[in-house]
Amino acid sequence: MCLAVPMKLIEITGEGTGRVDSGGVSTDVSLAMVPHARVGDYIIIHAGFGIEVLDREEAQIRIDLFRELAEATAHLEEA
Amino acid sequence: MNPADENRTAQVLAREIHERCLSYGRPLRLMEVCGTHTMAIAESGIKSLLPDNLQLVSGPGCPVCVTEKVFIDQALETGRRYDACLVTFGDLVRVPGSSGSLAGFRSEGGSVRVVYSPLDAIEIAAKGAPRPVVFLGVGFETTVPTVAATVKVAKTRGVTNLFVLPAFKTIHRPLEVLAAKVDLHGFLLPGHVSAILGSDCYRYLVTDYGKPGVVAGFEPLDILVALRDLVTLAASGSPDIVNDYRRVVRPAGNPTAQATIYEVFEEADASWRGLGLIPGSGLKFRPEYASFDATTRLQVEVPPAKDDPRCLCAAILTGSRTPDKCGLFGRECTPEEPVGPCMVSSEGTCAAYYKYGLAAGR
Repeated sequence: MCLAVPMKLIEITGEGTGRVDSGGVSTDVSLAMVPHARVGDYIIIHAGFGIEVLDREEAQIRIDLFRELAEATAHLEEA
Repeated sequence: MNPADENRTAQVLAREIHERCLSYGRPLRLMEVCGTHTMAIAESGIKSLLPDNLQLVSGPGCPVCVTEKVFIDQALETGRRYDACLVTFGDLVRVPGSSGSLAGFRSEGGSVRVVYSPLDAIEIAAKGAPRPVVFLGVGFETTVPTVAATVKVAKTRGVTNLFVLPAFKTIHRPLEVLAAKVDLHGFLLPGHVSAILGSDCYRYLVTDYGKPGVVAGFEPLDILVALRDLVTLAASGSPDIVNDYRRVVRPAGNPTAQATIYEVFEEADASWRGLGLIPGSGLKFRPEYASFDATTRLQVEVPPAKDDPRCLCAAILTGSRTPDKCGLFGRECTPEEPVGPCMVSSEGTCAAYYKYGLAAGR
């Protein structure tokens, strides 16, 4: 039930509301709990509400870590 | 990342988990607290990558699973007595009460509306006034702020026929109950509950119980990294809290969401299926918002409910049994005809075992 998905904020539609998009599917959400969200941010959406703004720097660090691990294994496969 | 690289990363992480479990040498039992993790772990097949001495058990973080039968009875009686429209998230619709479910109530002509967001309940109430509309308040700290914010909007808009029947749960008190168990060695902590509460709030696991915890995301690789770190901590004998979901979870969580919860609700005792009454583990309306409280504004009397004595949901929710040990599992209790809530909820442990055919004892 605590399922939540990241979607990109594409428009501020009113006071505390915005439109988010994921792969061309867009929906209106409440931004009441993420008042600092800006257009272009990825927002974690749960039950029609943004509950947090995704930290892109941290997301990149995680992707880099995964990539390093994959590359290390790929080298071993070649060796 | 392409699938081949994902596969390689998963292999490296699984190898590290194996190495650490091997050098530890003794059995390790770790609990994933959150039902959404339970489902992600089953769906991705992560258990098949784990070594024999590492057992991953499911915890009580499935809101539908820990909701007592009497709550369904109370909801149905409220619907009948006040001709109320019952508004709920989809997970709850087929949960059996003492005499039928919400689905049954609807087929008898009762009004049940399934919504994606609690905000939808405001529109339903506004259009259907003066008929009472009752939102069934089930969920943990991830969901509670969305209901609290909805109640605030309803108050501002002057909607007077919307009520909430609260059965909300909070995570810390039951986590303490579980942390005190000697046969649980660490906790995979819920990602989105932590988005609200923060990663700093679990220190008591370390200071009071000497148990490690790792906040985890929901992608298969997120879960593997978190498991690797949890195994490392549990095996090292120096427990700590690690945040492996930093892209979403901040140390102090989301203060606006926390303030929203406690503007509308305050701490209360709550009864959990499987764990019993736990003081301070639930939420009730603050006096300022009492006009939204279905328990006092739309009073009903329901007799205490009895669970099927053969159903093992209670033991399963505390990690002391696995679904395959239940005599009803897969025979009398299936997702089509569920007996207990762990089979009804799409993220219940029994539903996960049934859907993904998980091996016995793993």
